[in-house]
Amino acid sequence: MKTHVTTTINGEEVEFLCEPHETLLDALRNHVGLTGTKEGCGSGDCGACSVTVDGELVCSCLVLAPEAEGKSIGTIEGIADHDKLHVIQEKFLEHAALQCGICTPGLIVSTKALLEENPNPTEEEARYYLAGNLCRCTGYDKIIRAVLDAAETMKGAA
Amino acid sequence: MAVVEYQSPTSVEEAISFLTSSPHAAKVLAGGTDLIIQSKGKYDEPLTVVDIKGIASMVDAELTDDGLKLGPAMSCARLTARDDIKAVYPGLVEAAYLIGSTQVQGRASVGGNLCNSSPAGDTGPALIANRAICVIQGPNGTREVPVEEFTTGVGQNVLEKGDILVQLKFPRPAARTSDAYLRFIPRTEMDIAVAGAGVSITLDGDGTCTDARVGIGAVAPTALLVDAAAQALIGTKLDDAALAAAAQAATDASSPITDRRGTIEYRRHVVGVLVKRAALIAAERAKGA
Repeated sequence: MKTHVTTTINGEEVEFLCEPHETLLDALRNHVGLTGTKEGCGSGDCGACSVTVDGELVCSCLVLAPEAEGKSIGTIEGIADHDKLHVIQEKFLEHAALQCGICTPGLIVSTKALLEENPNPTEEEARYYLAGNLCRCTGYDKIIRAVLDAAETMKGAA
Repeated sequence: MAVVEYQSPTSVEEAISFLTSSPHAAKVLAGGTDLIIQSKGKYDEPLTVVDIKGIASMVDAELTDDGLKLGPAMSCARLTARDDIKAVYPGLVEAAYLIGSTQVQGRASVGGNLCNSSPAGDTGPALIANRAICVIQGPNGTREVPVEEFTTGVGQNVLEKGDILVQLKFPRPAARTSDAYLRFIPRTEMDIAVAGAGVSITLDGDGTCTDARVGIGAVAPTALLVDAAAQALIGTKLDDAALAAAAQAATDASSPITDRRGTIEYRRHVVGVLVKRAALIAAERAKGA
């Protein structure tokens, strides 16, 4: 039996129908049409599907779609302000902090959560916080440089 | 298992009724970091999930002069953000902080970790060290079980059909008491314990250990309370001989397996080292508690 879910995604009310076994990741990609959130491992290990649920950073592959009822979801599509990229996105481009790009949406969502929680992270804190976001291309160095540069820039702007 | 029904009750009684009235298997959904993975891919058996996170008492924590009442489904992220709880039970919060990534901590919970009953669960030794009591509510009423008696085997525990772990109760530690949890993994982050140890230490005014609790994990089918290790520490100033005796007691109590994370010999040795080191950290903290 399909479940009817009413939720808020990136500030907009959204309704969808889903099977009870589907995950929030399935719902975002297949029912809501938001394909920016990527499926990597499907078991909570890689972080490619990172989203926020009521402000908490989670793997959307480990959330059942019906759990989204009444919640506020944040995805990669909500990071930029229409066609104006977020500082974090600009810094990822500037530092070439991506190659194939599959991990990038998750990393950007996670970085935003990190900088909201800790606007001034040390490199070690950033690396620990982002340890659940795996990248198999870059070796992480450019990613961490982008994250720390974004933090610097956002502090300056605040 | 395939999830065919999702329920989100707003009271414990309603949740129990969903669990007992389901025509097929029914399980409690807390953070889902184990359950959702277990339910994926094997579509042989229908499953009802009963999401308890809509019940306020399951996701709240209350710290008073009497101790801590922890909602078992409170996420590790919310728990580790509670500085007041961390100040009183630092080892418990350390254990919660070691479960998976930031994303996993956003969902995973202490109660879920306990109910999943993996031998390598990080919270087991810390719960034992902190004298946690499991409050279980089911169709026949409410009962309390000391945490060291909760898990009965690999993936097995005392919960029966319709039972829900509704609270973890911790006594307020005595003056000059603190705890620590250490685990060993071969990398720095995001791995499953090779061995773990939670130790609570109480000191008197001149630094003599007057009480201790030692819990060990990942070295037996369940986390274990090791009374002999605690007895080796009590009455001493945690000198080298006492620490060595406590480590030996932990090694003797362990009965690990060899797997790709470590051998029997290695685990038996490492769990003793962890007990020793955790005892010293707990004692250092106890001086200021």
